[in-house]
Amino acid sequence: MVARLEVVPPLAPTLQNQNKMAEIIIPTPLRKFTDNANRFSTTAKNVGDAITELTGKYPGLKEHIYGSDGRVRSFIKIFVGEEDIKHLQDTGTSIDDKTVVSIVPAIAGGGC
Amino acid sequence: MEVTITDTVKLIIEDDGQKSHPCECCGFMYGKEENGKRIITRAEPVNNTKEENRERRFEISPLDYMKAEEYADNNGLILLGVYHSHPEHPAIPSEHDLKVAMPYFSYVIVSVKKAKVVDFRSWRLSEGKFAEEKVVFKEELNLKDLIKMGTN
Repeated sequence: MVARLEVVPPLAPTLQNQNKMAEIIIPTPLRKFTDNANRFSTTAKNVGDAITELTGKYPGLKEHIYGSDGRVRSFIKIFVGEEDIKHLQDTGTSIDDKTVVSIVPAIAGGGC
Repeated sequence: MEVTITDTVKLIIEDDGQKSHPCECCGFMYGKEENGKRIITRAEPVNNTKEENRERRFEISPLDYMKAEEYADNNGLILLGVYHSHPEHPAIPSEHDLKVAMPYFSYVIVSVKKAKVVDFRSWRLSEGKFAEEKVVFKEELNLKDLIKMGTN
């Protein structure tokens, strides 16, 4: 009797392996600075590093996110999940491969 | 600059402006953009979360904004802008509007006087200032329009 060898296909990467990065959602008005990309994946470990990585890749974003003092502009909010980072550890807030970071422009105004 | 707005969107925005009077209304606008041609096909009123001075100010919560982006992504639309009303004031952007304006977005403003919309205009940032964009109202898109958009 001849032993039959089963051909085992190489392990397909799982969805989890493919997505081992936090994700930043780029708001529509800023996508013209990201070649129209709506998401950016990063292995950064905190929000500040993630945003630095993002603006490093897309320098045109910088002036829309940071003010002249180097801090995130007052009209831009950064959320981790549904929490404003101002209520967490600000740009030091830790992120991992399950984190979704949103850049949220202030939408406000008024008549006079 | 030009923006096409369907009649249904126009009605939704005007209705929101009139019903919210004397307070400011606000909402998101979605649609498509092909070869620089912008068509707004959907408007979604949202809460004005400003707690004071709602007759002269509006604010949309960050969570509503995130939902709007998600809605656009899930429905193959683009979040193209924001509308709001100016009760008893002209449909011209104020300094407060300019201070927080984002590039790319169309900002529709309706002037509402005595609970009646009297003007409907749209603005877009250009070199740090608002420039008015021509508004073309149009009946709902039909199949012919969609095919034309795809071939242009």
